[in-house]
Amino acid sequence: MKIEILGTGCAKCKQLMANAQKAVKESGVQAEVIKVEDISQIMNYNVMTTPALVIDGEVKSAGRVLSADDIKKIII
Amino acid sequence: MIKPVIDWLVYEIFKMPHGAILSEAVDFFLYDTIKIFLLLVVIIFIVSIIRTFFSPEKTRAILSNKRTYTGNILASLLGIVTPFCSCSAVPLFLGFVEAGVPLGVTFSFLVASPMINEVALVMLWGLFGWKIALLYIGSGLVVAIASGIVIGHLKVEGLLEKFDHKKPGCVVPGAVMTVKDRIDFAKEYTVDILKKIWIYVIIGIGLGAWIHGFVPADFLVKFAGRENWFAVPLATVVGIPLYSNAAGVIPLVSALTEKGVALGTALSFMMAVTALSLPEFLILRRVMKLKLLIIFAAVVGVGIIFTGYLFNYILR
Repeated sequence: MKIEILGTGCAKCKQLMANAQKAVKESGVQAEVIKVEDISQIMNYNVMTTPALVIDGEVKSAGRVLSADDIKKIII
Repeated sequence: MIKPVIDWLVYEIFKMPHGAILSEAVDFFLYDTIKIFLLLVVIIFIVSIIRTFFSPEKTRAILSNKRTYTGNILASLLGIVTPFCSCSAVPLFLGFVEAGVPLGVTFSFLVASPMINEVALVMLWGLFGWKIALLYIGSGLVVAIASGIVIGHLKVEGLLEKFDHKKPGCVVPGAVMTVKDRIDFAKEYTVDILKKIWIYVIIGIGLGAWIHGFVPADFLVKFAGRENWFAVPLATVVGIPLYSNAAGVIPLVSALTEKGVALGTALSFMMAVTALSLPEFLILRRVMKLKLLIIFAAVVGVGIIFTGYLFNYILR
C-alpha cells in the first residue's frame, strides 16, 4: 500500500504525516508513507486544500488532519 | 450579564481592593476573556455550518466563469466564509486559476480570506462594538474587491511560475453531507480553531489588560495619534512581514487605541498583519514570480493605507 501525504510543508501536513505513520505502525498494515511537497504532483491529484491523504493513488481526504484512528479505519 | 459575575468574582471572592489598578486589569482580563471565548464558540460554530455549504470545489465552480466585477465581489464575499490556512494558499490558488477563475478574481479571494473571517468579526465586535466590526468588514471587502480588479487589469498572467503537470480532468465533487455530517464538521472545526488560537487570545487580552491598567492614557498619541500623518503607512508596512491570526492581534489593537493610537492606524496594522504575511508570500513564491508577489503586496498595501486614512478621517 502506498500512502502519500500531500502538503507544502506546514505544521498541519507534518501532523497528518505523523498520524499516518502511527496508524500504519499500530495497524500492522504493510505500507510506505511518503510526503509529497512538490506542487506539480499535488496538483496532479486535483487537490485544492492541503493537507491531503492519498492511498494507492486515490484521494481519501483533503483539507483535514485525520487522526491516527481515522486513518487506521481507512487502511484496514 | 457576565460583568456582574466577574465583578463579584474579583472583588468578593478574590477580595481584590476596589479602585486598585491591578483589580481593574484583572477584572478587564477575566471579563473580556470569557466574553470573547463565548462569542468565538458560538460564531465559529455557526460559520462553519455555513462553510459546509461552500467547499473549495463549489466555490471554484461558482467563480469560474463570472465576469470580472461580479466575480471580484463574489470572490471577496466567499472569502469571508472560507477558511484559509497558509499552506492551502498554493493549491487553492492554482486550483482556481486552472479552473478558469480569472486571476484578478482569485486575488480578491486571496485577500479577503485571511483578512475577513468570523474570528476577526467576533473579536472586533466584542472589543469595539458592532459598528467598528461592520466597518472593518466593509472596508476589508472593498480592499479585496479593488485589489483584485486592479491586479486583474494589470494583465499579469505572464508572471505565474511555469511548471508541468497533467491537465486536471473532471473535478471530483465533494461528498454530499447530511445534517449530522455538517454538525460533526462544525464541532470539529470549532474545537480545532479554538485549540489553535486560545493561547493568542489569552496573551492578546492579557497584554491588552496590562496596557489598559498600567500604561498611561494618551501615551502613544505622540507617536501614532491622528495628527501624525505617516503613522498609517508605517503601521501598514510594519504589519506586512508580521503574521498573526486575527485572534492574536485584535486585543492588542484594542489596548493600543485606548492609549491614543488612532483607530484607522490600528486597523491598517491589523489588516496588514492578517492579509499580507511573510510565510504566505514564501509559499506563494512557488507559483508566482517575485514581481507579481510585489505587485500583490503593493496593491493591497496601498488599499490598506487608503482605508486607514479614511477611517481616521471619518472617525475624527
